[in-house]
Amino acid sequence: MTDRGENVGIVIVSHSPLVARGAADMVRQMVGDSVPLAWCGGNPAGGLGTDTGAILKAIEEAWSEAGVAIFVDLGGAETNSEMAIEMIGKQRRARIAICNAPIVEGAVIAAAEASGGASLAKVVATAQELSPS
Amino acid sequence: MIVVRDPRSAVDPSALMCRVIEACRDAIVVREAYLCDLDCAIGDGDHGTNMRRGLDALAAERQRLAGMPLAEAMSAAGTILVMSIGGAAGPLYGTLLLEIGRELSTGRPETEFPEIFQHAVAAVAQRGRSSLGEKTLLDVLYPLSDELIKHVPLQHLAEKIQGFADMTIDMKAMRGRASFLGGRSIGHMDPGAASCALLAAIVCHELAKAGAA
Repeated sequence: MTDRGENVGIVIVSHSPLVARGAADMVRQMVGDSVPLAWCGGNPAGGLGTDTGAILKAIEEAWSEAGVAIFVDLGGAETNSEMAIEMIGKQRRARIAICNAPIVEGAVIAAAEASGGASLAKVVATAQELSPS
Repeated sequence: MIVVRDPRSAVDPSALMCRVIEACRDAIVVREAYLCDLDCAIGDGDHGTNMRRGLDALAAERQRLAGMPLAEAMSAAGTILVMSIGGAAGPLYGTLLLEIGRELSTGRPETEFPEIFQHAVAAVAQRGRSSLGEKTLLDVLYPLSDELIKHVPLQHLAEKIQGFADMTIDMKAMRGRASFLGGRSIGHMDPGAASCALLAAIVCHELAKAGAA
């Protein structure tokens, strides 16, 4: 297993594929390839929206034994992400967290934290410091 | 498709399930633009299109679903809706059916459908982190569940359901995109409540017609 596989993975879920890809580009610029990263955006028909199947695929793609932190924009992205986490099965469910943080800033800060080998809890906590509780 | 079938009636459950799915799909196709219009007023305007995609996907699989035991069919239908609707409505409608399927698969008899439905509605509320009176489809599901518990005849229920959705007009949205509008959401029917009332009325009507208790 590579070092990358031991770092927490980052998933970005937006209603817009452009937003998701743009946020992912910013993450890559910050941390290079040291963190597993995947993004998805758009509904199953390719319009604006979210797609549970695409989220499941993104989680698989960014999967790390250390866990995965998900960043979402609006309501449906969160609800569909929760649904995806439920569908992925008991074994991995506890190692996936949806972060209550701004999608771009959150993903970049979380990835920076993850690239240093931080635990999922630490990655999530760092990102969530951005949001007023 | 759901609820208790009278053992004395000669209803073919597979044919009934196909008919219910087709009727639901047809109703959504006819109201697609209407649901999008409702959603344009207080949301992102795609609820009709999303529901259409979901019901089209369900209709495409109706023969396969009709061949399954009820519990399995409900779970499979829930997964199809989750995967195809694409908005927040996908996980909400999906959870409703998945939970009904899950409860039935534990061996609970169909005669306990009102209690099973009540449990599934609670799961939808949890999924959406919402409750009664927040201008969502729960404002249809909760009163519907209460009526089922009281064993209100299905045809009578079918006629009452639209009234539940109408109640959302005066509510202020607390969840979803509509909540961003605050007080300006008042005066519009919630699109999720509208689609839910439409589908629930169709299901009740078809089951009543088929002689389900």
